[in-house]
Amino acid sequence: MYAHENRLTAWHVGIAFSALMIGVLLGPFQTWEHAGLNLYPALRAIGIQSYYQGLTIHGILNALVFTTFFITGFLTFAFTHSVKRASKYPWLHTTALVVMTLGLLITAVPLLLNGATVLYTFYPPMKADPAFYIGLTLVVVGSWITGYGLLFTWSTWKKENPGKQTPLIAFASLITMVMWQICTVGVAVEMLALNIPWSLGLLPGTDPQLARTLFWFTGHPLVYFWLLPAYISWYGMLPKQAGGKLFSEPLARLSFWLFLILSTPLGLHHQYVDPGIPAGWKALHAVLTYSVFFPSMLTLFNVVASLEIAGRARGGKGTFGWIMALPWSEPSFTAQALAGILFAFGGISGIANASYDLNLVLHNTAWQPGHFHLTVGTGVAFSFMGIGYWLIPKLAGKELWSKKVALWQAWTYFLGMILMSNGLHILGLRYSVPRRSALGVAPYGSAEWTPFLIESALGGTILLISVVLLYVNYGMTVFAGKKLTREIEMPVAENAEGHPAPAWLDTWRPWLVGAVALVLVAYGPVIYMLLTRLQLTSPGFKVW
Amino acid sequence: MNNHTELHIHPIERIWIIISFAMIGVFAIAVLTAGFAYGFQLPVPEDRVVDPNLVATPGATAFGEPGLRELSPGNMEARILAQTWSFSPKEITVPVGTKVTFFVTTKDVQHGFHLEGSNINFMVLPGQISKLSTTFNTPGTYNFYCHEYCGVGHQTMYGQVIVTP
Repeated sequence: MYAHENRLTAWHVGIAFSALMIGVLLGPFQTWEHAGLNLYPALRAIGIQSYYQGLTIHGILNALVFTTFFITGFLTFAFTHSVKRASKYPWLHTTALVVMTLGLLITAVPLLLNGATVLYTFYPPMKADPAFYIGLTLVVVGSWITGYGLLFTWSTWKKENPGKQTPLIAFASLITMVMWQICTVGVAVEMLALNIPWSLGLLPGTDPQLARTLFWFTGHPLVYFWLLPAYISWYGMLPKQAGGKLFSEPLARLSFWLFLILSTPLGLHHQYVDPGIPAGWKALHAVLTYSVFFPSMLTLFNVVASLEIAGRARGGKGTFGWIMALPWSEPSFTAQALAGILFAFGGISGIANASYDLNLVLHNTAWQPGHFHLTVGTGVAFSFMGIGYWLIPKLAGKELWSKKVALWQAWTYFLGMILMSNGLHILGLRYSVPRRSALGVAPYGSAEWTPFLIESALGGTILLISVVLLYVNYGMTVFAGKKLTREIEMPVAENAEGHPAPAWLDTWRPWLVGAVALVLVAYGPVIYMLLTRLQLTSPGFKVW
Repeated sequence: MNNHTELHIHPIERIWIIISFAMIGVFAIAVLTAGFAYGFQLPVPEDRVVDPNLVATPGATAFGEPGLRELSPGNMEARILAQTWSFSPKEITVPVGTKVTFFVTTKDVQHGFHLEGSNINFMVLPGQISKLSTTFNTPGTYNFYCHEYCGVGHQTMYGQVIVTP
């Protein structure tokens, strides 16, 4: 069934995990360098010229390429199998894949040739090769096209199924894509109006404050674009995989609507210490950032309650006994459950970042990579790895090579990430250690940092072991696995309570109007102010 | 059509929702009270805009001759110019008890400025001047780091405040 969609998803997921393989292998080198073992001279042999080129590749491939390719593929698959209807316009999905892949190849050239060592935030006036900006823009445009494809299929499905409520997984996939469409306006304008013409020499200078503001307009909702597909799995699939049901489907729908509304109008919390943004707007975004905490709290309750239903259905007794009864021998479940646990701690460290004033102690310290390796690096990426444990066998038509290796992978990832992120959090909070710095050769390094740098390097090493296990298992499954003798179906969790979602949770217009209105209120005046003070005074610099 | 209007919420989940709202309320009030009533400062525009191409030229702006300036006894101003990959001046010395207001800008790419163990932490952007002040009450040597990636020499970019007894 849905051979075209499955094949496309296989390409998306295959490219995603191939990019991630290169990206994650560069990660441990950073932790080793920090702890005093500088292997970058050896990496010159494979064309990595510096710590910072390695860091740029790590960030771009993991945070931008892996996520976007996995998400577009996974959502196409999830949507199709949720509404049980083939794509209305299969060619749109093929076009999306071609545009995204072309974008990736165009970006890869300057990235690998050290022509775009600007990190994944590419803050101007550091100037990369134009191909870098053009390629990344194409990746985003391709992801839009995937979203359009799903929307066309959905509108046809609606006509074919009058009065029927869109299934949760399909509904949440659409919300993710619509949220992405709204929030990527920022980076699209940054690329098309500033970065691309400026890097081509058509603009004499650029405005770094405006560019940062447009970047973070997209940059924070980007994390919800990463996260919502993981939530789709946690809400819509994981309860079924655990042997239970979804505790409350209506509240799951409510939390997705709230993410649509609240994901975008809060990006200024990344710019609390920017000199060109007034304090009142920063404070407004602080309050809005706290409100997006609410749908995350809804999710925490709902997903844990669903797993409790599963644990009790499996015979678990007592207040905590149901936890032990969960299917810990199933790697897809285990990886996602462990990802969820660490994600909760990432959420807590994020609340400190979101604070208007606590951020002064933490901004751009090692706390930040500590934080986002728990959120995107674990909550998201580790969940995607867990999804891969059923999705890749399904797409390849092969049995998973080894459950045992997969379980070792999950627990080593969990342990490695605890050590690495704990070290980074402490270094940032206690010693103000700057992020994004080759600390091993920094003249200001202090002996007090050493135990935590070693802790994080140990974590990085364990993570390296974990990803080697991941790729051996994925590789053996795809290229040497036994042929599947059974059909793998997408797990779809039922609604436990049987209360249907009310009609107002099935109506797009008010939520969409609310989302756009809130963005206009929260961002309109700030962008207007920056435009009236436009300073296209910064020429480009190549400083690597 | 679905004419159902009521959202069913389990009683325990209702309590959880109330707790969540209360937490958000407490966080927001605590953060805003600390930020506005207790006078935490963040860098703000105040129309301090400069041309990054001219900012380092002596005579053109105060950053042409960066350094410390005494405004009144116990009250000083430090104008610091950031560039790849150094701060000028790299070192400032102040007597204990001095209030120092930092003004920092850059003549090239973005940089950062974080005085270790303090609330002095801000971005340094071309075209903008970042300003924050603090009082040094304990003698010692305090590092300030560039905390935004600014090129291959980024890790060498730092300076020191020496507070003398």
